[in-house]
Amino acid sequence: MEEIKKEIKEKEAIQMLHEYNDDLLPKKFGIIGKTWTILLCIVFLTGVYCYINQLRNGLVITGMRDFVFWGIYISNFVFFVAISLVGSLMTAVLYLLKISWRAPLTRLSEIIAVAAIIFAGLIIIVDMGRPDRMMNMILHGRIQSPIIWDVMVVSTYMTLSILLLYFPLLPSISFCRDHMKGIPKWQKWMYRVLSLGWKNSPEQYKIVKKAITILSVMIIPVALCIHTVTSWLFASTYRPGWDSTNFGAYFVSGAFLVGSGGVVAGMYLLRRFNTSYDKYLTNDHFDRMGKLLVLLAMVYAYFSINEYLIPAYKMKGEEASHLNELFTGYYAPLFWSVQFFGMVLPILVLLFKKGRKPLPMFIMAVFVIVGAWFKRYLIVIPTMSFLPVQEIPEAWKHYSPTFQEWAITGGSLAGALLIITIFVRYFPIISVWEIAEEKGISEDIIYKHLHESNEK
Amino acid sequence: MEDENKQNDKTSRKDFLRKSLLTGSVFAAGAIGLNALSSCEKKPGEKVKMLTADGKMVEVDSNYINNTPSCCAAPSSESRQGIPGKKYVMVIDLSRCKHALKCQDSCQKYHHLSGMNVWLKVFKMQDAENTAPYWMPKPCMHCDKPPCVKVCPVSATYKREDGIVLVDNERCIGCRFCMAACPYSTRSFNWEEPQFLHESKGMAYSPETGFPQKKGTVEKCDFCPDMLKQGKLPHCVTACPNGVFYMGDFNEDTVSNGSETVRFSQLMKDKGGFRLNEILGTEPSVYYLPAANRLFPFIDVEIGKGKMEKGE
Repeated sequence: MEEIKKEIKEKEAIQMLHEYNDDLLPKKFGIIGKTWTILLCIVFLTGVYCYINQLRNGLVITGMRDFVFWGIYISNFVFFVAISLVGSLMTAVLYLLKISWRAPLTRLSEIIAVAAIIFAGLIIIVDMGRPDRMMNMILHGRIQSPIIWDVMVVSTYMTLSILLLYFPLLPSISFCRDHMKGIPKWQKWMYRVLSLGWKNSPEQYKIVKKAITILSVMIIPVALCIHTVTSWLFASTYRPGWDSTNFGAYFVSGAFLVGSGGVVAGMYLLRRFNTSYDKYLTNDHFDRMGKLLVLLAMVYAYFSINEYLIPAYKMKGEEASHLNELFTGYYAPLFWSVQFFGMVLPILVLLFKKGRKPLPMFIMAVFVIVGAWFKRYLIVIPTMSFLPVQEIPEAWKHYSPTFQEWAITGGSLAGALLIITIFVRYFPIISVWEIAEEKGISEDIIYKHLHESNEK
Repeated sequence: MEDENKQNDKTSRKDFLRKSLLTGSVFAAGAIGLNALSSCEKKPGEKVKMLTADGKMVEVDSNYINNTPSCCAAPSSESRQGIPGKKYVMVIDLSRCKHALKCQDSCQKYHHLSGMNVWLKVFKMQDAENTAPYWMPKPCMHCDKPPCVKVCPVSATYKREDGIVLVDNERCIGCRFCMAACPYSTRSFNWEEPQFLHESKGMAYSPETGFPQKKGTVEKCDFCPDMLKQGKLPHCVTACPNGVFYMGDFNEDTVSNGSETVRFSQLMKDKGGFRLNEILGTEPSVYYLPAANRLFPFIDVEIGKGKMEKGE
């Protein structure tokens, strides 16, 4: 009797596995998907064109000058670094805490992390006056400089993130290799090469799982480092608004918030354009992510209060002129919109159960992301534009990005989205074997039957 | 017209400039009637464009230009050493400045700076509403604990043993972190191809003179180490009609503004010298004397109407 029950259970589990496999295979894009991809390509290529122009003429094509010498390239860099932190949060922190609902979100957050960190690296090169001398950082690198620390941690984080995306992907790639029919030759070839001869044996699973655990432990300190070091690029100077010991924690907390916003937006869009994901990205997932967002937004609010209100209590000379511009001056409308839409409103909405339904969640996530982008603008630029400086042309005192600067920045954002889009098109964005584990299917069955399909 | 000249004079000018401008005698050499070149390969009658001491562009027959050998500006590799045994300091007497801007003009000309990049600025200062305004020239502070040097990722900016902080624009990667770090905002960036490049084209680059400038790199006041090497004073010091600037060696305890040479320690003691933003701990090499017992009454002019607006 017992054995029959077990057999039925096993059969059910196998059936479930097959279902997952069929549901989660990457599918061809419809008309919306294609238009979206073409649009991203156009924006990206416009950015590339403008960058070639910048290489030719110098940074003079931007709105930056001696007075405001860092612009949206840098704030965009900070944004990319921030959003990339979510990879470590979802895959590593929640993994080590053994939180099971994270399973369908890991790959999505990891590809967001990889795309963002790649473009963080690229946009910082775009900001360099002499990108042709990049090798100097290796030939003449000075370990005393926070820029060298940033180069080291960003490249380390990029490597770890790519591995953390790639290892759990191996079974999925090999499944695509063996079961996807009617695909072009190059795609077959790509799966064959990328699957590294995956045989779906229990030993291989064990190795991959061990690797994931090791990487998860390694990536957490590195993730904290990338954003802390990025904050030190500012905090290590004497400038009011940057000269803050709170900056590291402030940046990291903001990063977790925007990254989680990115994951929520991604979840919503996946479901919207592919109904077979409904089963995996359930309303329950949205609910839990909503609670996580509230928590992260509150932590961020705490550090924001530390960052702005305590200096505002003292109103120390130069600090005061900077804060006045933010609170009541030139940047006030942007500053208060960003605080409200990017932090306060999401807390208010997501505290309620009704607010944690997919659509309101998506809207709040977009607010968080857009708010975070402009928040970085407000962290980087006002500090430079309101010191009392004489003997410079009037036009240099206020910074407004030029069209080409926007195009290059927009191109970088489009490029990151393009990486995510292409990934979704060619790889299963939800990991079948991790879902199966989440649903409580035993490891033995997974190892044995994961690699089968209903189609046979 | 300019293009034509450019082509005609290309080789001769290049040759001339390489040899003579580096020595820093560009303005003096502008004067006509100097010895004809002995080692002259140039055909007679060739014209060369140059700047005179008062900023006019003139054409001169190349035969009338004195070609002095270059001796003083070291290439990038050697410029890191500094002059042994020296520790240069500058003293700026605020009580003597009347915003004549001669210092700035000569600095701009000597370093072939385009209008947008100004190494030496003269600010109108008023510390509080009820205190009197005064003029304050501000070169690079050549800090003994320079924040710019600390943050440079490639050691393109460095502190020498003689106290001078220089920028090597052959190594600079253009990240502008030094500009963020400098609390005195002394640094400029070449956002585009330098405008006056044609003047210094073909000359060997030296961090000790800062030219030829390069697009995408940072530059700043360099204390004119090529002049100091020859035992001469920097250009701002000699150009100032009122003796505002003193330059000298801290180890010798002597500073000079060209007309008078005094004990540095005595000057500090007598006039109450101070440094800018002492609170930051950067330890500048530039000292100021307070704007007390002034030589001139303060006459207000709209600042920034000088170099910048003319776009020279």
